[in-house]
Amino acid sequence: MSATLFEKVWRAHTVRALGNGQTQLFIGLHLIHEVTTPQAFEMLRARGWGVRFPERTIATVDHIVPTRDQRRPFLDVMAEDMLSALERNCRAAGIRLFDISGGAQGIVHVIGPELGLTQPGMTIACGDSHTSTHGAFGAIAFGVGTSQVRDVLASQCLALDPLKVRRIRVSGRLGRGVYAKDVILDIIRRLGVSGGVGYAYEYAGDTVERMSMDERMTICNMSIEGGARAGYVNPDQVTFDYLRGRRFAPDGDEFEAACDWWRSMASDPDARYDGEVEIDAAAIEPTVTWGINPGQSVHVSETVPRVDEAEAADRPSLREALDFMGLRDGQPIRGTKIDVAFIGSCTNARLSDLREAATIIRGRHVAAHVTALVVPGSQAVRLAAEREGLDRVFTEAGFEWRGAGCSMCLAMNPDRLEGTQVCASSSNRNFKGRQGSPTGRTLLMSPAMVAAAAIAGEVADVREFAHAD
Amino acid sequence: MPIDRIAAVEGTAIPLRGGNIDTDRIIPARFLRAITFEGLERHLFEDDRAQAGDHPFANPAHAGATILLVNANFGCGSSREHAPQAIRRWGIRAVVGESFSEIFFGNSVALGMPCLTAARAVIEELMQQAERDPRRELRLSLDALHVVSGDRSFALTMPAAARQSFLDGTWDATALLLDKYDEVESVARRLPYLRGWS
Ligand code: SF4
Repeated sequence: MSATLFEKVWRAHTVRALGNGQTQLFIGLHLIHEVTTPQAFEMLRARGWGVRFPERTIATVDHIVPTRDQRRPFLDVMAEDMLSALERNCRAAGIRLFDISGGAQGIVHVIGPELGLTQPGMTIACGDSHTSTHGAFGAIAFGVGTSQVRDVLASQCLALDPLKVRRIRVSGRLGRGVYAKDVILDIIRRLGVSGGVGYAYEYAGDTVERMSMDERMTICNMSIEGGARAGYVNPDQVTFDYLRGRRFAPDGDEFEAACDWWRSMASDPDARYDGEVEIDAAAIEPTVTWGINPGQSVHVSETVPRVDEAEAADRPSLREALDFMGLRDGQPIRGTKIDVAFIGSCTNARLSDLREAATIIRGRHVAAHVTALVVPGSQAVRLAAEREGLDRVFTEAGFEWRGAGCSMCLAMNPDRLEGTQVCASSSNRNFKGRQGSPTGRTLLMSPAMVAAAAIAGEVADVREFAHAD
Repeated sequence: MPIDRIAAVEGTAIPLRGGNIDTDRIIPARFLRAITFEGLERHLFEDDRAQAGDHPFANPAHAGATILLVNANFGCGSSREHAPQAIRRWGIRAVVGESFSEIFFGNSVALGMPCLTAARAVIEELMQQAERDPRRELRLSLDALHVVSGDRSFALTMPAAARQSFLDGTWDATALLLDKYDEVESVARRLPYLRGWS
């Protein structure tokens, strides 16, 4: 029987069918962070339950940590409290915590892969919607809420409804200055922000097959912005090469045995899908969001929509978005003035992202009115970047070089927009208020495009910036 | 745990217009800086309320409402359970909308707050009623899958599994997941990445 990777992973982890029609699914890897877990541990205590498989849960701190000065105790009392609560809970339950002092801390979706914890064929859960990132390895990874974090702690299982699978095939060569971020923004723009509800997205096609793991992670990361609970890429040699030698990956003979199993979990060539979409990579251009959800985007050479040209039913939401963003109907997105440039987040703060951005800014300087910061996705990324001298490239150009964390992606720490500032951001959400100011404005784009915008002081076309190569 | 069956919700409705209302709007991230869910309801839609002036959650006519009416893709965005927690702690017992994000839907189930869907035209009519007459009582039934307003009844839909779990009081899944634990252990023993690769 031919099957998709989703079906194979689902089957391998099924405990039983629950009376209510859901499936009890075993969770192979549980990742936790400081924000969505304290209440879950509290619920466990209230019911007198323990943690069933503490060795399958891994913790880190990312959302609330300061990025300017990471010495403990944090100046921010609430951040310090949340971190101490996590430390206490992990110690009591016997859960391994990658803390700020250890060198392996970072955004949960960056460190899982980096440490080799994320592997093909696994089920993964985390109290965070961007858990879909781990699908880049051919894992089925779900973002869950706090009550479900409690369920996984207590039982290592989730009660879930199966998803349908839509294959999205991207074929052809990406143009110069076009990145994985542009591909996923393009997919969300076409299929809509709720187009994926009820589905897992399987990303396939020769464009995706040629992508590095970092790029595949960027694509899977934003599946949730398209409404899909999970997204994945079938594991292949690129995946195996990435995993070889990582701290928690199998080694020696075991690695070969693992590769055999991982390979066997990939979708069969004649697997059936609940839907298929074809995307022409060559038609994608550098993309920028202009609105208040990630589906509201245009190519950098295009103009924002005109309300009077839209369907009557769509007009109020277009008006709301344009007004919130302070944009005029039909104005070109290029040339939109920015105040802040943010390179960071689990979407685009891995080493390759920093390298791409550095290529653009090397020998140039951030526009005088722009505040620019780089927040590496993990301490390991930060260190690797420093070894290559990227920190100096950034600081000499006028960027601030920070410690690892979520930072201005959701502004739970001191990094935030003020008033109606406009931010060119490599993160994943442009919702109202997302970057800390209720009236702050976010333009999502690739890290290279953020770098170009930082230098120009306005939205610019990265293709006009000569690369070093 | 006592079994808590949820088959009906009665009360007045609060209409919240707009598609794609995300969890950052429902409860902005700065209110996630706490280790409990207590008091979250005070910050429900805080930034939207400040900006809109006439936000339904700021309108005293809707105080005490138990049924929230929404449009499409409600609750999209982050997985923060703080969003449905804040809504439920405010007093909402059921949400009726055109569609929901999956994580929001699942989180609401886990709290015992059913989310039901209805056709766009039905939502529009219910919203207009609630705007005209905020004191009008609705009777929502998970059993009959309808909502009754005066002498009219409107059809609702809900995935069968979730509906069943409210009707039998098994919406809080943990106990169910802990039952038959040997089956869980046997799955763990079968998986090569847990059992060992050789
Ligand atoms: S970087 Fe942003 S999206 Fe990613 S986990 Fe942190 S807050 Fe969530």
